[in-house]
Amino acid sequence: MGTLAEKILSAKSGKDCSANDIVIAKVNVAAFQDGTGPLGVRQLQKMNITKVKAPKSIFFLDHAAPSPRRELSNDHMLLREFSKQAGAILSEVGDGVIHQRLVESFAKPGDVVIGGDSHTCTSGALGAFATGMGSTDVAIGMAIAKTWFKVPETIRIEVNGKFQPGVFSKDLILYLIGMIGADGATYKALEFGGSTIDKMSMESRFVLSNMAVEAGAKVGLIASDRVTREYLKARGRLKDWRPLAPDMDANYEKVIKIDAAKIEPQVAFPHTVDNTRPISSAKGKSVSQVFIGTCTNGRIEDLKIAAKILSGKKRATDTRLIVVPASRDVYLEAMKLGLLATFVKAGAIIMGPGCGPCVGVHQGVLGNGEVCLSTANRNFKGRMGNPEGFVYLASPATAAYSAIKGRISDPREFFSAKVKKKKNSKPRKK
Amino acid sequence: MVLKGKAWKFGDSISTDLICPGRYFHLRSNLPELAKHVLEDADPQFASSMSKDDFVVAGNNFGLGSSREHAPTIIKLAGVSAVLAKSFARIFYRNAINVGLPLVECDTDKIDQGDELEVNLSTGIIRNKTKDIDLGAQSLPKAMLNILNDGGLVAHIQKHGDFKLD
Repeated sequence: MGTLAEKILSAKSGKDCSANDIVIAKVNVAAFQDGTGPLGVRQLQKMNITKVKAPKSIFFLDHAAPSPRRELSNDHMLLREFSKQAGAILSEVGDGVIHQRLVESFAKPGDVVIGGDSHTCTSGALGAFATGMGSTDVAIGMAIAKTWFKVPETIRIEVNGKFQPGVFSKDLILYLIGMIGADGATYKALEFGGSTIDKMSMESRFVLSNMAVEAGAKVGLIASDRVTREYLKARGRLKDWRPLAPDMDANYEKVIKIDAAKIEPQVAFPHTVDNTRPISSAKGKSVSQVFIGTCTNGRIEDLKIAAKILSGKKRATDTRLIVVPASRDVYLEAMKLGLLATFVKAGAIIMGPGCGPCVGVHQGVLGNGEVCLSTANRNFKGRMGNPEGFVYLASPATAAYSAIKGRISDPREFFSAKVKKKKNSKPRKK
Repeated sequence: MVLKGKAWKFGDSISTDLICPGRYFHLRSNLPELAKHVLEDADPQFASSMSKDDFVVAGNNFGLGSSREHAPTIIKLAGVSAVLAKSFARIFYRNAINVGLPLVECDTDKIDQGDELEVNLSTGIIRNKTKDIDLGAQSLPKAMLNILNDGGLVAHIQKHGDFKLD
């Protein structure tokens, strides 16, 4: 009898554990990005560790990709050199964002995944105990292939019903964070389930797990089921799949029930993610820049929705549009499907796979007083490189539709217009 | 160990972006330089005006957001002796202990900007000398106390060759 978190940590620590136990667990995947890796490498060097032990030890060059400054180029050199010498895998500039690459090629159900990046929880959607840690914790995990955890209590998020057209998993997670707050799940696990989640695509599920940390959670877990199987199969990784579900009699700290049909498109206002309101209260806000991408919403499903809305349209004159595919594979697929052409015709600029402007390192830094509507996961003051800028968070549909209007706009208008069009069109004569 | 210093008061939800802004990403391999910008987006005067051994005193959920260990590292490097807050975000909490920055969970409403404090990490008692009151604090879990007492996680692993948490 256990939650997903308890079951995975029991298997990985070799003893039956439950919430609040302290365990030492095996680590399957230990990952760094270019902002946290250099400090991790220096800690390993301090300990004279020259070989990594975690089965999948990986360095991702994604935050400054390609490097805009020589200091960061030197950091990249350090990571390239260390991975070669220590037997770690290197994910180069242009390969994509750490979390997208982890779900595409590395993390699997039942794994313990630790990463020097808070959004490592993304892999929780595959049924992996995946969590973000600091450089020293990840370095030690990489070196000795284990780490310690306090087994988290679990909050079960039970979602049932069907989204309205124009409402997506991003709106659901923003709604939840607005409800429980940025510290509503601190030290705890979120476990998502219910009929809405069962039917949800893997790509939409990643959005939920990705943002679990924005409620303070250690992990955002989803059972490994047929949807997980199909996703891994399509990636040529069927052997990595195994079913994993919480026990029927698992103990939850609490259960939160959500009716998906009642959720409107959501917008997180500056400067905290839990400052979330229904779109009606943001409607009409002028937008200087729209950013579609990131480990939250830079996947092919997101780009497809955005392209559908932007097809044959132009961005508003005073609104810049930046699109960043989350990985090389997403980029290739978007190219194959003609989505990139749609974006470029609509007036967008496409950047290479990576974190793009999300972290304020490069590419699309805001000017004083400028407003960005972003599909990312964070809107903290200074996040996009300027403390005088304002970041609003929303779904790719809201972002794309708002780019056309130049103001924050409700994407349900687009979807209901489509339905009306269909209804009004006369049946063709044979 | 008793720490003595002045309080620098901050509000709720001080993210690691406010502590260690992303626009200084290129300084992450130059920690002394990065430390000059500590907490800059929360209080631009802090880094240049604080004295060694002062305390950072904040509200709820201190250190939320990004896992950047540079955040607690530069707070410590700037000379702050401990961070006192009503609550801490999870990754920051663990990082601070790993790098040897003491954290104290207590009712910070009873501390104002500039108050003179004495923090006894062994007894967990915080003396607000300016207001002449004592505040109790939540003690660290045993596993974390072991790591902190060894001088951080690297020293802990070097000493024991493994995690030694109980």
